[in-house]
Amino acid sequence: MAENEILEGAEVVYDDEAIMAAHREEKEATKKADFEKPFDENALLEVRHLRKCFPIKKSITGKTLQELIAVDDISFKLNAGETLGIVGESGCGKTTMGRTILKLHQPSGGQIIFDGKDISNYTNKEMRDIRTKMQIIFQDPYSSLPPRSTVGDIISEPVLVHGIVPKDQVKSYVLDLMDKCGLRDYYYERYPHEFSGGQRQRICIARALSVQPQLVVCDEPVSALDVSIQAQIINLLKSLQKSMNLTYLFISHDLSVVKFISDKIGVMYLGSMVEFGNKKDIFDNPLHPYTKALFSAIPEPNPDVKMNRIVLKGDIPSPANPPKGCLFHTRCPYATEKCKHVPPKYKEHEEGHFAACHLLNEE
Amino acid sequence: MEDRNIPMNEENTEAVLVDAVNEETLTEAPDVEVEKAEAAVTEQLETESEDTEVPLDKNVRLMSPMQMVIRRFFRSKLSIVGLVMIVSLFLFSFFGPLVYTRWGEIELDESGTVSYTPNEIVITNPDGTTTTIYQTTERQEKDNYLAPPSKDHILGTDEQGYDVFTRLMYGGRISLSVSFIAVFVITVLGVILGGIAGYFGGVVDNVIMRICDVLMCLPGIPILLIISTLLEAAQVDAKYRIYWLMIYLTLFSWPGTARLVRGQILSLREQEYMVAAEAMGYSTSRKIFKHLVPNVMPQLIVQMTLSLGSMILYEATLSYLNMGVKAPYAAWGTMINVISTNTDILQNNFNVWGAPGICIVIAVLGFNFIGDGLRDALDPKSRR
Repeated sequence: MAENEILEGAEVVYDDEAIMAAHREEKEATKKADFEKPFDENALLEVRHLRKCFPIKKSITGKTLQELIAVDDISFKLNAGETLGIVGESGCGKTTMGRTILKLHQPSGGQIIFDGKDISNYTNKEMRDIRTKMQIIFQDPYSSLPPRSTVGDIISEPVLVHGIVPKDQVKSYVLDLMDKCGLRDYYYERYPHEFSGGQRQRICIARALSVQPQLVVCDEPVSALDVSIQAQIINLLKSLQKSMNLTYLFISHDLSVVKFISDKIGVMYLGSMVEFGNKKDIFDNPLHPYTKALFSAIPEPNPDVKMNRIVLKGDIPSPANPPKGCLFHTRCPYATEKCKHVPPKYKEHEEGHFAACHLLNEE
Repeated sequence: MEDRNIPMNEENTEAVLVDAVNEETLTEAPDVEVEKAEAAVTEQLETESEDTEVPLDKNVRLMSPMQMVIRRFFRSKLSIVGLVMIVSLFLFSFFGPLVYTRWGEIELDESGTVSYTPNEIVITNPDGTTTTIYQTTERQEKDNYLAPPSKDHILGTDEQGYDVFTRLMYGGRISLSVSFIAVFVITVLGVILGGIAGYFGGVVDNVIMRICDVLMCLPGIPILLIISTLLEAAQVDAKYRIYWLMIYLTLFSWPGTARLVRGQILSLREQEYMVAAEAMGYSTSRKIFKHLVPNVMPQLIVQMTLSLGSMILYEATLSYLNMGVKAPYAAWGTMINVISTNTDILQNNFNVWGAPGICIVIAVLGFNFIGDGLRDALDPKSRR
């Protein structure tokens, strides 16, 4: 491997350009190999090397001069009925990833395999047919409901548009769904502005579920709510998952919430997945230093237990100008010279437990 | 912060004390039973929820946004005054001529008057004596012009002998209908073009907005004068000239509305409920007409009401400058026009030119009061 040859020299000199070239080449090769692999039949959602860039500078002719890489090279599999929790700091690309998977943003690269079909290149028209299968719940329950429609209209509109049930049964179907989501039948005629945050979020959930989706992307559904209401909404989501056999992609920055609801957890940093695995593996044996730092910040209920907090220095770097080498090296307490120049590979360290860190490779 | 950790622990099924009040709150929410089974611990958290999650009382009938707007509109005295002004003007102009049929719009009062002018002619005779000749001139007028207000003519007659009151009603018809048509066309054009520009963005947006910029640069009155001359040359019927001019005015006035709509749509389409609509797979037309346009309506209605006032002023200006409705047909502006050539009327016959002037003021004021009232009523931030 090109990377190793450089490293084997007696005096370690990092030629950034050569390393990046080799890294890119290798990435392309793995991408190509991965793209040709058959789709996993068990997985409801499989994401391969997903990438999303936004242009931030354009020349007069409309050519992109500088890009912001919001989501870079993310791969994971999610089986039906499972919940994948995505955690990470603000601005690390969690929401962009969720929306790109739903094709609310057109991905810049990679594959999104949903229910055995690669939807990454579907046109808007093709997407319309499978929109009912994948839905989204938003963070802000105040701006995600149209202010001039009644609750009944909001929930029944998608049912009518997609013809989920015959027209004469729509109302009873909607009322039934509202009941499931903890909304009273007389809310049907009311307007969103009459409700509190938690109830609005229930309306959002009912709207998302009205089209009988398989996958629901929950984009920080509880972070705008009180802690007490958070618990209610999370429990509602859990019970609905059981009764309707839903698969969740649960995005949150709150680790305790993610721990409660998820089966699998992915940790994101600066647009990349740094660690991915089953909940138990991640919480019991976090591999990546970033995950360790995150988990050390979970508040401890027992005041006698001393917390060993790993305090990260500095701010999250700008995704418009990401650091060379390992993205995390600017804040990593264990960073070595190698980390500053060579991007680490995202590898499976234990079964189903992936991480991207040089320190792990050396062990 | 500490109890945030509690829901994580699924195995923790220890009984938790829940006070009576809390129990009540819980049983009100239908999903609570599931929750209980799921994680007993979270119930503890829900003790804090009494205030925030108490379901709305079934008997409390809350108002729809529309009802709220209407209520807030009628709370303001000024908007009621405006509404009364406009409604009475409408009744006056459109139903007045049906009720008051004494005179027609272009019906001259030919009753005339017999006026006797006494004359004294003093002749000095050669012998120094004077002879005084008393002479009375009897003049029979055909038209009863510039008659003062009387039983027959409520507001008198103008210099031609037309009934001012009747012409006021017919003039109101022209002014109001012309401005309504113009504003309607402006709004339709503005919504369509501004909506397209705002929703699709990119090149389309650029093209439409540059057209707006160009149209806003053109000087209004000089071009109106040219068009008016052209209409004269083309011998367009005096009755329809004003409509031609208003067509021109609409073509040059839509950019304001288009900009407003575009700005609104730009901000609205970033709202999460539009993303939700996208995620629901709604068609573009549904997204625009069911989700975006209804939310632009408030600002649009205000804009429309306010521009009704300015259109009336435009119409009056055009007619005054003899470019709009021409004699013998009546318009408020045309009626005032008489004073431009005859200063006697300006001095002595306030009823001839003052009445249409007051009508214009009432109309413009009324529309502005309504517009202001609507603006306050439709602003969701001004509660009550």
